[in-house]
Amino acid sequence: MSEFTIDAHEHDQIRVLSLKGYLDAHTAPQLESSFQRELESGRYKLIVNFRDLDYISSAGLGVFMQFIEEVRKHDGDIKLANMSKRVYNVFDLLGFPVLFEIFEDEKEALLSFQNKS
Amino acid sequence: MTGRPVGSNKKHTARQLRILSTTENLELARRFVADSARQHGFDQDDIDKITVAVDEACTNIIKHAYKKAPNKEIDIEIRVEEPQRSPRKFMVIIEDHGAPFDPTTYHAPDLQKYFKEYRVGGLGIFLMNKLMDEVQYTAGAGKSNQIRLVKYLPS
Repeated sequence: MSEFTIDAHEHDQIRVLSLKGYLDAHTAPQLESSFQRELESGRYKLIVNFRDLDYISSAGLGVFMQFIEEVRKHDGDIKLANMSKRVYNVFDLLGFPVLFEIFEDEKEALLSFQNKS
Repeated sequence: MTGRPVGSNKKHTARQLRILSTTENLELARRFVADSARQHGFDQDDIDKITVAVDEACTNIIKHAYKKAPNKEIDIEIRVEEPQRSPRKFMVIIEDHGAPFDPTTYHAPDLQKYFKEYRVGGLGIFLMNKLMDEVQYTAGAGKSNQIRLVKYLPS
């Protein structure tokens, strides 16, 4: 079975979700629930840290597509950070870098939120 | 569940794995093809591509051909063809007995439009085509549906 965990913490009113393991059609619903919880609590400034994510398929990418519109409607964003080459390649093939801001590390993503507000 | 060798001859070698149609078995399918690809000398970049393509094919079968019914069979076979003329082909043949997919109804998504509409899903076939050298689909007339994913072996 695919191992996948999400660790959430807050940094200056920005939520950081750190993903670990394998994000596929089996584990994507877990990420979906996490996003849902954040949005229900009115948190729209989100960073997803991919440092410990080993794998992603289109089912995982679909989750980001699913929530980005509502998040931006509320003046928020989903910023992505610390992607491995393997994970970035899949994002890149589908043209995601056009739609999402991708940062080298979490700190840069945090700064980009702070500079905006 | 592990792959079992099913014999070999000079022309090609083959390995097979049968999984049941639940998403928790995607991991087994990925491990099986990644191991085979590694044994055949692909570099990590190609192993990753083949693995994602097989995951996408199996995910589509589970979601669409079997409509999420568990306990249906998905057969995965690795075959290496060494034709007289290169390139040598590493083939992953995936079979199911679910609803056939009609390739004539599939249109490659216009990615820009796709993003504008924030559409979810449907990117699997697009990815498979990007990641592999050849993708062939045969809808079974009363038999199984077959998708054949080919990556050329390093020479």
